[in-house]
Amino acid sequence: MAIATTSSTSTRRARGGPVRAHKLLQLNWFGGLAGWIWLAIVVIPLYWIVVTSFKDQSDYFSQNPFALPSAPTSENYKLVIESDFPRYFINSVIVTIGTIVPAVGISFMAAYAIIRGAGSRFLAGVNGMFLMGLAIPLQATIIPVYLLIIKMHLYDSLLALILPSVAFSIPLSVLVLSNFIRDVPKELFESMRVDGATEWGMLRTLAFPLTRPALVTVSIYNGLAVWNGFLLPLILTQSPDKRTLPLALWTFQGQYSVNVPAVLASVVLTTLPIVILYAVSRRQLLSGLTAGFSR
Amino acid sequence: MTVAAPPVAPATGRNVSSGAGGSRVGRSGPVAWMVLPALLLFVVFGIVPLIGVVVLSFTQWDGLGPIHANGFANWRSVLADPQTWHSVLVTFEIMILSWAVQTPMSLLLGTFLAGRQRYRAFLAVLYFIPLLLSSAAIAITYKALLDPNFGLGAGLHIGFLTQDWLGKSNLAIGVVIFIVSWQFIPFHSLIYQGGVRQIPTTMYEAASIDGAGRVRQFFSITVPQLKYTIITSSTLMVVGSLTFFDLIFVLTAGGPGDATRVLALDMYKRGFMSNQMGPASVIASIIVLLGLALALILRRLGGSTTASQQEGA
Repeated sequence: MAIATTSSTSTRRARGGPVRAHKLLQLNWFGGLAGWIWLAIVVIPLYWIVVTSFKDQSDYFSQNPFALPSAPTSENYKLVIESDFPRYFINSVIVTIGTIVPAVGISFMAAYAIIRGAGSRFLAGVNGMFLMGLAIPLQATIIPVYLLIIKMHLYDSLLALILPSVAFSIPLSVLVLSNFIRDVPKELFESMRVDGATEWGMLRTLAFPLTRPALVTVSIYNGLAVWNGFLLPLILTQSPDKRTLPLALWTFQGQYSVNVPAVLASVVLTTLPIVILYAVSRRQLLSGLTAGFSR
Repeated sequence: MTVAAPPVAPATGRNVSSGAGGSRVGRSGPVAWMVLPALLLFVVFGIVPLIGVVVLSFTQWDGLGPIHANGFANWRSVLADPQTWHSVLVTFEIMILSWAVQTPMSLLLGTFLAGRQRYRAFLAVLYFIPLLLSSAAIAITYKALLDPNFGLGAGLHIGFLTQDWLGKSNLAIGVVIFIVSWQFIPFHSLIYQGGVRQIPTTMYEAASIDGAGRVRQFFSITVPQLKYTIITSSTLMVVGSLTFFDLIFVLTAGGPGDATRVLALDMYKRGFMSNQMGPASVIASIIVLLGLALALILRRLGGSTTASQQEGA
């Protein structure tokens, strides 16, 4: 609970209200019942995935599905790793980092401009356009995106995945970041400006450090969406060496559909990095998951 | 505060905004350029495709060759095609049923999680794991789990679980709704948890002094106080359900038959499997229009001004 110290500001903000226990909520037996049932619904499939991924096929067909493997094997994991998954992993890392760094950077600049330039019709119009982007299912625009990518000669490259992902992540990032920049006291900007600081200087030395928790939150939200993205890789790439993990999972499952333990090992391996991240910085991740929604 | 707005802008040289609005616009000049990289990328890969989808719906294109205009032919044929209406129906069926399952459950769990006990925090840690998995991974897992011959039912010899879950229309839709709930209820519970914690404790104290029981408090205080949270969460559920593609694509590929062929899948199949980008763009336009219409309707339900204040805050 005391791991993510930097997140305290954002979590407090996300909850908004007083951090105080509702004594009256403590004896909520009906909610408690639902809570424990839901726990079972969530945990049983997860347990089954992990246990099965260590079984060999004969164990899988003959054993009780929830029993621990009689002879735990790492063969399934070996098969997955030998099926080029390290390459898909690297592709996913490139696409994810390649998306969130520019996406968060330019969204931060845009959010800064929108707050600092309040009153400009141009900036208000741009902000309105970004907000509209929140209500539109952008995945529905995949056909023209496909056409654009072909025309730019980017089809079947990792950059083809990065560019639309950056664009799709702008609306929510700008919304969340501008809400945080708005909270930076105006007097601080004013005194820095009197001292001769440029807007770019204030962005770097004032706004950036003060909104760091929000930047992490937005990075996690976008990172998770890109890491788990399926539609863009499916449509904008073709060759096996450009696959990202979710697409690789799907093709692996098509190839080895009979070998369920191996398929489940691939599920475990592709999820492991995020689960580790979750274990390390749970609060950051959760505030990232609901970025902008729970306020 | 008597800091007069100085009419002289810091001399950075760049002045993008050209509106005539006095000193405020003048002051915004030096920052306005910072919006340009985001604006450029969003216009190229967001706004242009949005317009492009409508333009392409009036053309004929196989995905590779040249693009020809063909007027309203696509719209006429797509709107006359029973497949389209079937997909609209399936989309709404999944949207409404998954909303009806997720909302009460998320409300209940969110209220439960708003309590500050340690064990609830621990349960929450486990609840959120499904949110970390990709839809592809989840679909693959459930496909194996529900296999009538080798899945959970067969292994445990439970007759009820041994059905051909993905082979019968109604069951397949039920499975999709269950998996969507499994995946997203934690997310919406988290939103409700935040909402419940913002309700002033004094309201509950006053109610219990007046003799209101726990159930009564839930329906008379918690639910009404969460009105805007419910609208936000419902908007996300409803608009989000228009883009359930990965899960259904990997789980059933629209089957059995066309039982789970939602609009997003219909668009993909027409465009990228039958190479008919024109009709596929008509479907895409319908998805965009539905998304906008549903978002507007839900916003109206909340009373336009207060809702936008709450959501925009």
